[in-house]
Amino acid sequence: MLSQTYTVIHPSGFHARPSKLFVQAATEFPCSVKLIKGTKKVNGKSSLGLLTLGLANGDEVTLEVDGEREEEALQTLGAMLTKIYEE
Amino acid sequence: MANIISGVAASPGIAIAKAFRYINTPYIPQQKTITDAIAEAGRFRQAIEQSKIEIEEIRLKTEQRLGAQKAEIFEAHLFLLEDPDLIDSVLDKVKDEQASAEYALYEVTAAVVEMLLELDNEMVRERAADVKDVSGRLMSHLLGKPYASLSGISEETIILAEDLTPSDTAQLDLNVILGFVTEIGSRTSHSAIMARSLEIPAIVGAGAASAAVADGALVIMDATEGKVIVDPSEEVLAEYREKKKQYDERKVQLKRLARQPSVTADGEHLELAANIGSVEDLNKVLENGADGVGLFRTEFLYMGRSSLPTEEEQFQIYKHVLEKLGGKRVVIRTLDIGGDKELPYLELAKESNPFLGLRALRLCLTREDLFRTQLRALLRASVFGKLNIMFPMIAVLSELREAKRILEEERVKLQQEGIPVSDLIEVGMMIEIPAAAIGADYFAKEVDFFSIGTNDLIQYTMAADRMNESVAYLYQPYHPSILRLVRMVIKAAERAGIWSGMCGEMAGDQTAIPLLLGMGLNEFSMSAGSVLPARELIGKLSKQEWASLSEEALGMSTQEEVQQFVKQRRPL
Repeated sequence: MLSQTYTVIHPSGFHARPSKLFVQAATEFPCSVKLIKGTKKVNGKSSLGLLTLGLANGDEVTLEVDGEREEEALQTLGAMLTKIYEE
Repeated sequence: MANIISGVAASPGIAIAKAFRYINTPYIPQQKTITDAIAEAGRFRQAIEQSKIEIEEIRLKTEQRLGAQKAEIFEAHLFLLEDPDLIDSVLDKVKDEQASAEYALYEVTAAVVEMLLELDNEMVRERAADVKDVSGRLMSHLLGKPYASLSGISEETIILAEDLTPSDTAQLDLNVILGFVTEIGSRTSHSAIMARSLEIPAIVGAGAASAAVADGALVIMDATEGKVIVDPSEEVLAEYREKKKQYDERKVQLKRLARQPSVTADGEHLELAANIGSVEDLNKVLENGADGVGLFRTEFLYMGRSSLPTEEEQFQIYKHVLEKLGGKRVVIRTLDIGGDKELPYLELAKESNPFLGLRALRLCLTREDLFRTQLRALLRASVFGKLNIMFPMIAVLSELREAKRILEEERVKLQQEGIPVSDLIEVGMMIEIPAAAIGADYFAKEVDFFSIGTNDLIQYTMAADRMNESVAYLYQPYHPSILRLVRMVIKAAERAGIWSGMCGEMAGDQTAIPLLLGMGLNEFSMSAGSVLPARELIGKLSKQEWASLSEEALGMSTQEEVQQFVKQRRPL
């Protein structure tokens, strides 16, 4: 299992478009993908899960991947968490 | 009897038409036990497939009508229909609790909506509307009933509803729907955002009072003020017809201006730019047709957090702004913090006179680590647009030279690392300290531009704290002493062959603009909302004429005389 913490910098928070792209990318990986903010932990392959996490600009979020291709997942998905998207 | 209801003006405009009460309240199923869980799961899957087809249709239509960006919300809806958490939770309930598909769907989505509404984040709370919309559509398929829609309306109406779903707003027929009023919602609600992009009047959060309006009643909605007038008198009606006419004409006029260059009556081209404090302000800049960003305050990057932003984070933000502006000039001011703007994690010493203390560039030169991080991020972003870097709070040459030396060092380092940096970056300084204004001639030889920060220049020149009410009378932007300083700066720039700009409140002020134009200012940076009125004004002004009029004004001895003079001479 690998995990790392990132800061969200997308101005309107990690919703709509960023969240869609994230879930799409996460679904491509065979390993499990979890996102943790505070005491809440959700499935990173579910847009509903991401939504209920309510990631705002400046929030810290921990990405936890476990299973096949976890290293690659951490790298790809981690970069997606700390990026600004075209809206 | 006329009855007035007030709400939040979410999208400006005025509409007059008959009210149409739209009822789209969700269906709440009874708890029901089923026997054939497999068949029930099949029904649910079928409802998903049917909903997908419908949503795809709406998505396609929205894309054709409003562009891919507005259609994206329906991609999110399609996504929800494939969401493992959502589908599995419903299917589990059907299987484990023998719940009907309707009841399982209701239970699962209601819990999600409740959870979303509890979050301390308005953006996310608004997303609850998507979950409700998708769940309502699924429910209609399970029940075999059509999903509520506004498609049957054939005469001009104003819609009154509890709230409009994304599906509703995407399908509004603007030929007959002139505006809408909702009981709940805020300016950032999905329906409010849609109304602004469709440019139809909308009032949200009007409360239960709007539910009492009778179907078919004549209503006036004044979404410039957030007011709904029900059953108006003939007099009021006539007044609003006139108001609507003027509003619509003015809107067309300003919209036309948004696509035009900033040119004076005698053909002088100027730059009318906008000030921004965060990335969220960019849309307003583009909507108002600003010629660029004349001041990007980078403080927001550092505030409201517990540690310094990294180089990568800053790089992403600067790159984004430069790309959004598509080659138009972007002046980014390096960190202006310290003194009264505190950052707890920097652990700065308390000062008794913060405005005269260790702030802005002074602080950056003592905390080189954070200054270098920002400069590297800026240099790396420079290849994505037309970047200008501006240093704030310079009093003496040595400060400017030191800042430029550090910038140059970072540029060389990056190039050695093989990271591209633009050769076209302009480096300038803000003029807000009187010593710099008076010494503008020698500063001009070492920078590419000046930008006059009037808010601070006025308070330092008048020795009056602009936050202190008891000396507020000394905040006099049109005072001849201030204007003379401003002229010194502009003339020094002219002689050195560099451009001069202004980024304080004054640059967007209708009384100051004629004088600044006359003195030869090249760039005016203001709040985005002032750009179009400013463009309209300069189109009526002759630079040559105001060159002599401003000389006359500078010869006066009080602010009142100057104001009076400009008001008399300025075209209406």
